[in-house]
Amino acid sequence: MSKATTAATLVDCDIHNAITPAAVARHLPERWRQYHAQFGRRITPGDFYPKATPMASRTDSWPPGGGPPGSDLAFMRKQLLDAWPIEFGILNTLITIRNQYRDYDAAMATAANACQIAEWLAPEPRLRASLLVPFEDSELAVAEIRRHAGDKRFVQVLIPSRTSEPLGRRKYWPIFAAAAESGLPIGIHFGGWSGGHPISGAGWPTYYIEYHTGMNQTFQAHLISLICEGVFEEFPKLKVVFIEGGVAWIPPVLWRLDRSWRQLKAETPRLRQLPSEYFREHFWLTTQPIEEPPEPGQFLEMVAHLDMDDRLLFSTDYPHWDFDSPDSALPSVLPAGLRQKVRRDNARALYGFA
Amino acid sequence: METPNPPLIDCDVHAVLPVFEALLPYLPAYWREQVEQTAFKGPVDPWYPPGLPTAARASTLPADGSPAASRVGLVQAGVLDAAPHPSFAILNSDCAVESLHNPDAAATVAQALNDWIASEWLAKDGRLRASIVVASQFPELAVREIERRADDPRFVQVLLPVRSEAPYGSRNFRPVFAAAASHGLPVALHYGGSPGNPPTPVGWPSFHVEDYAGVTGVFQTQLISIIAGGVFDEHPALRLVLAEGGFAWLASMLWRFDKNWKGLRREIPWVKRPPSDYVREHVRVTTAPSDAPEDPAQFASAVAQLGSDEILLYASDYPHDHGDTFAAGGWDTVPAGVRRKMMSDNPRSLYRL
Repeated sequence: MSKATTAATLVDCDIHNAITPAAVARHLPERWRQYHAQFGRRITPGDFYPKATPMASRTDSWPPGGGPPGSDLAFMRKQLLDAWPIEFGILNTLITIRNQYRDYDAAMATAANACQIAEWLAPEPRLRASLLVPFEDSELAVAEIRRHAGDKRFVQVLIPSRTSEPLGRRKYWPIFAAAAESGLPIGIHFGGWSGGHPISGAGWPTYYIEYHTGMNQTFQAHLISLICEGVFEEFPKLKVVFIEGGVAWIPPVLWRLDRSWRQLKAETPRLRQLPSEYFREHFWLTTQPIEEPPEPGQFLEMVAHLDMDDRLLFSTDYPHWDFDSPDSALPSVLPAGLRQKVRRDNARALYGFA
Repeated sequence: METPNPPLIDCDVHAVLPVFEALLPYLPAYWREQVEQTAFKGPVDPWYPPGLPTAARASTLPADGSPAASRVGLVQAGVLDAAPHPSFAILNSDCAVESLHNPDAAATVAQALNDWIASEWLAKDGRLRASIVVASQFPELAVREIERRADDPRFVQVLLPVRSEAPYGSRNFRPVFAAAASHGLPVALHYGGSPGNPPTPVGWPSFHVEDYAGVTGVFQTQLISIIAGGVFDEHPALRLVLAEGGFAWLASMLWRFDKNWKGLRREIPWVKRPPSDYVREHVRVTTAPSDAPEDPAQFASAVAQLGSDEILLYASDYPHDHGDTFAAGGWDTVPAGVRRKMMSDNPRSLYRL
């Protein structure tokens, strides 16, 4: 199946390349290779919800030559980059940069970024990547951002949505300062490992379907926190991309937040405009997993309520089980002009693809 | 908002406990002695802001400086004898019972609060009904309190704070739903709760507005959990009320949940229909705060997206002030039939009034 016969008309803003332990090891210094082998990741417990499929991946995405889904560039070309008219694809590798030992986080991020350059970005010019950083330690994270300053192949700084604190907190501000200074958006991607808290505001759920259906909740907390803490007053050029958080939940949150803030603004005197105004100025949203209302017209209502036609970014989430296909994920009722913005133009403008 | 001809029911009015000492006459001797002689002075809720602007409309504050809605006369004057003149009002009370780690203390305080409501509110005005307060963190003790009140028809539902240490669809809460269902009582999840865990999945937020605006996430967790856990499959007659959490978030959450159910339902094989079907059959949502947009056309579409005119329950949320006075205009944009159902038919059918 090849759809690459026409001009490249698509930017995929969420592709998961797997960086295997062996691939990381190729780029880790000996001291950390030993640490990795002896002590491992030491992720906080309680977070393991068996996914719908092995590696949460499409059953057809396992490379014939071995290795996990997303680990083989040649197979990714065949199954994704050449199969669709993809102009650029953004890699969000989900290797864990959230252990308990921050120096180890930093070493893992540095090694994974080196691996991305050598094994993904250098051989495949259509790929761009999110920069991995040890996000729970701002000083170490800023060092990693500075290390790659000027490398245009890294297009944003990646933070998983499961953080120790709401992201508006001052401890994260040096990361925002460095990102804004380098012109890099902050990409917040669904998931990660617990920062010490259950995945919901009411404790640990029972099933994976609860974990997955509630994916918007970490984003909702960050949306509210980033705005209410005055992050966008402090960093007026900061851009934030919500990746794999869904879209349709946003308008009700903005309605509620605007109304709440009007009553409670004595608490947050730094804000000079409505929360929804900060949101529409500073945020972008990837589409997958796109919500599917029972009536297509309701999708258009939602898009109108959102009022962010220039901020929606198409994404497939390849190779995961809930992959959104470029030819069928966006509802047929979406007008052609908006479809083109979502599929390519908005991403080109945000990430500066010429 | 127009007053409909059929009886109107206000589904969320607060009976505010003025001070914990008001419960002393309703406590057994052992716990009265604890209050008098130890540091136990009732549940402590240091998280809720002391001078919160949303807690009471100015018009509800008594001249004598006592808290709004803290005695029956205030609710009579402010709700029952005022426009839109409800025929019945459902009282919801709380005093952070869920924050108590001592199970006997929690059960005793819940029991005393219910006795206080029965004696000082329900006995004084036949138009009042109330929710049963329970020690939500101790399901076995919550069941005992439900059983104790179940024969008193003035108690019309079981009240759980929306915040909890584990989602209510978890297996350990099942006896609470079984007890409510066996007595034909709806279970209401109401804004608030002090279970001790943070209200967001990323920890404790800096500002009250984050907690208040973000509580919809907790309502979503509970609803997803209760449906996924099969509570409605076990108790087909059970009804669930979501109170003071808004309703505008519900439609888009169901779009996501229905889609995920198609992909993931073999994990929860007892859930045989799309989650939105369960919601339309089993779940009711109060109208205050409205949470809907100011734009009238968007307001109308937010209501229409619920996909049923049987979901909404009218509530004043007296004496709270959510600042959504614009909602009065917003409701004028929805069909008269929807308004009549939410103000009268839906609550009458739910509470059998």
